[in-house]
Amino acid sequence: MTGRVAGKVAFITGAARGQGRSHAIRLAQEGADIIAVDLCGQVGSVPYPMSTPDDLAETVKEVEALDRRIIATQADVRDVGALRAAVDDGVAQLGRLDIVSANAGISSVGPAADLPEQTWRDMIDINLTGVWHTAKVAIPHLIAGGRGGAIVLTSSAAGLMAYPNVAHYVSAKHGVVGLMRTLALELAPHSIRVNSIHPTQVDTAMIMNEPTWKLFSPDIEHPTIEDFTPVSQAMNALPIPWVEPVDISNALLWLASDEARYVTGVALPVDAGAVIK
Amino acid sequence: MGKLEGRIAFITGAARGQGRSHAIRLAQEGADIIAVDICGQIDTVPYPMSTPDDLAETVKEVEALDRRIFARQADVRDEAALKAAFDAGVAELGPVDILLANAGIAPMSLHESHQAWQDVIDVNLTGVFNAVETVIPSMIERGRGGAIVLTSSTAGNNGIGGPSRGGLGYTAAKHGVVGLMRSYANNLAPHSIRVNTVHPTGVRTPMVVNEAMGEFLAQDPSLSNAMANALPVDMVEPVDISNAIVWLVSDDARYVTGVQLPVDAGFSNKK
Amino acid sequence: MTGRVAGKVAFVTGAARGQGRSHAIRLAQEGADIVAVDIEGQIDSVPYAMSTPEDMAQTVKEIEALDRRIVATKADVRDFGAVKAAVDEGVAQLGRLDIVSANAGIFSFGTLADLAEQAWQDMIDVNLTGVWHAVKAAIPHLKAAHGGSIILTSSTAGLMAMENIGHYVAAKHGVVGLMRTLALELAPDMIRVNSVHPTSVNTDMIQNAATYALFAPDLPEAERTKETLGGRFQVMNALPIPWVEPVDISNAVLWLASDEARYVTGVTLPIDAGQLTK
Repeated sequence: MTGRVAGKVAFITGAARGQGRSHAIRLAQEGADIIAVDLCGQVGSVPYPMSTPDDLAETVKEVEALDRRIIATQADVRDVGALRAAVDDGVAQLGRLDIVSANAGISSVGPAADLPEQTWRDMIDINLTGVWHTAKVAIPHLIAGGRGGAIVLTSSAAGLMAYPNVAHYVSAKHGVVGLMRTLALELAPHSIRVNSIHPTQVDTAMIMNEPTWKLFSPDIEHPTIEDFTPVSQAMNALPIPWVEPVDISNALLWLASDEARYVTGVALPVDAGAVIK
Repeated sequence: MGKLEGRIAFITGAARGQGRSHAIRLAQEGADIIAVDICGQIDTVPYPMSTPDDLAETVKEVEALDRRIFARQADVRDEAALKAAFDAGVAELGPVDILLANAGIAPMSLHESHQAWQDVIDVNLTGVFNAVETVIPSMIERGRGGAIVLTSSTAGNNGIGGPSRGGLGYTAAKHGVVGLMRSYANNLAPHSIRVNTVHPTGVRTPMVVNEAMGEFLAQDPSLSNAMANALPVDMVEPVDISNAIVWLVSDDARYVTGVQLPVDAGFSNKK
Repeated sequence: MTGRVAGKVAFVTGAARGQGRSHAIRLAQEGADIVAVDIEGQIDSVPYAMSTPEDMAQTVKEIEALDRRIVATKADVRDFGAVKAAVDEGVAQLGRLDIVSANAGIFSFGTLADLAEQAWQDMIDVNLTGVWHAVKAAIPHLKAAHGGSIILTSSTAGLMAMENIGHYVAAKHGVVGLMRTLALELAPDMIRVNSVHPTSVNTDMIQNAATYALFAPDLPEAERTKETLGGRFQVMNALPIPWVEPVDISNAVLWLASDEARYVTGVTLPIDAGQLTK
């Protein structure tokens, strides 16, 4: 078996669809087995339909079609006990852990002055505390393996700059950078590398929905993808409106592989130039 | 099938060290190479610089991979010579998709001369500018995008390198490269030409592993202490920088531009 | 009455002691009246003694000695309703609101691999969500005043990492994101939002046995004094000083709060003795 992460095992949160599914497939294509978790359910403050058990089943099917093994569990990153049980079980079945993709995340909108308490709390709990939980339950397995490891936290261009009407999202994603930097320091003696990825808009269900388009075109009553496309493109330097999930997966794959064996503590934008524009 | 099959890359400082590693690594992925190097000494540089034999060795190693390489001696400070080498390479191999502006010097020395500042600015900053200006017109005219990687350093983000004229010039030039990168990334994005920097910590090359650098670091222990990596490795290897560059210039990173990518064993995050 | 913030009203969280008291006094010296809140109580995951009602009484006394008015309320920044009630009452009594110093914060330790759930949660709740609460409660009053200045207290740990305090680093980085977004959202109302990033400050938050143990685990407890610890703190700074004084942060807050900085917004301002650049 060859591949850039052949023989390794990767733990991925939010793996039922979108970027998480893409990460699972891309790593499996390069030889990794997968431990997948996803909430497969709704959070009340999130204004678009979240993932379902069927979505997670589809990820399982696609990874197995690549002749790789996958252990998939329904688990909420806010529940550290459930998350620990899922990763412990996955490692028991697959034998090791090398790669962690803390990818699960939500999106919701509202100005900071008016945001409901619960909307703020759900965001911080999932997009910041959930990322810590993911690292926390994985670290003992990475250290026990004695082979180092690679942890990749999914932040956002909003982890490096601000966008109006998503203060809670920007705060959580900036917090992820602080978490990444500290984890990188604390785990370097174990040769465990920790980096973050910062996508611009990605073509997934998290942004391809009317509430998100409304954020970008507040003056249009019912914005469509045609309204969203030029507004989204104007935020990028490259002449494209958004990137595809596989572009984030390719960055993750490189960071997770031994090709990046001396890369740690790095905030890596995959953002079509959105941050420097 | 390599990641860079059919691509042509222009690499400065390709005779040895990181530049040779980049040439080989890109060739392994299917690229043909246009290589330039000064193959000569600059007086203020306290270690032996590359030779024509070094460049010949790069040619041999790329050809052993069954890739084509056009190599010519050229100094990045000399815009006309650089352009002549580039044009000749393009005439022989075809239009360029990739630029690696890698040529650099480190004129830190206990016995430095007044000229060290000017030399390091000329090579490490103006030389990078000259390389980008050399490739841009043909990349734009061809209309197929492109990928440019400028080699900066951990000294491109941090005030390290010590108080010597050469060290200050090195740090200033490597910071300046970031400004160039950001401006070019914005200016060239409409043409789908991506521009990024890599920021290596100490790399095991003749620029770092030499008697003069050893003496320089020994005279002020705070300099070498300040250069400790977070990961338990003293230096990284040239291929680690090459692997980062292969990713940056490949379609895997097709939407990555304007980015500073440290390959630094956690140095910047730790300091 | 003259002064750099004369006639203005400032809302300061964590005002019972330390940096918060210093901010209240410095702003009052320059003519501001103060709306002060503090928890005046303990949080279990915090390994040093937190503020008391006596501390707040002292702040009140010092402000009144400057002939300024102060409305002080015991309120926990985790409780938005309590914070809002305190601000509303303060504005009702003092007539307006111009300045917000979201300063309340806690400190605790642990590696991210082993940190207790409650220690993480308390940190995020106080040092990140509590900052948002203070601002959220203040925004309607600032809009009513047609402008204002909000200063969020982050830390050098809001811009760089430090071992053993990953939850603090995450919260303080989060504050930067919050500041940047607020600056964007409130700019049309001429409300400016900036963050200050202190290195170690000479307050009870660092001058305590638990923090000394973190910095000098090799020394016997009896030898962990302010004097012996100074060197441990000093190596983090470029300038040859172990820590800065609360008034150094207050002077930065004052400048940002005043009209001297009327066109400064969205800025992360280190007051760090060169720690970030070292």
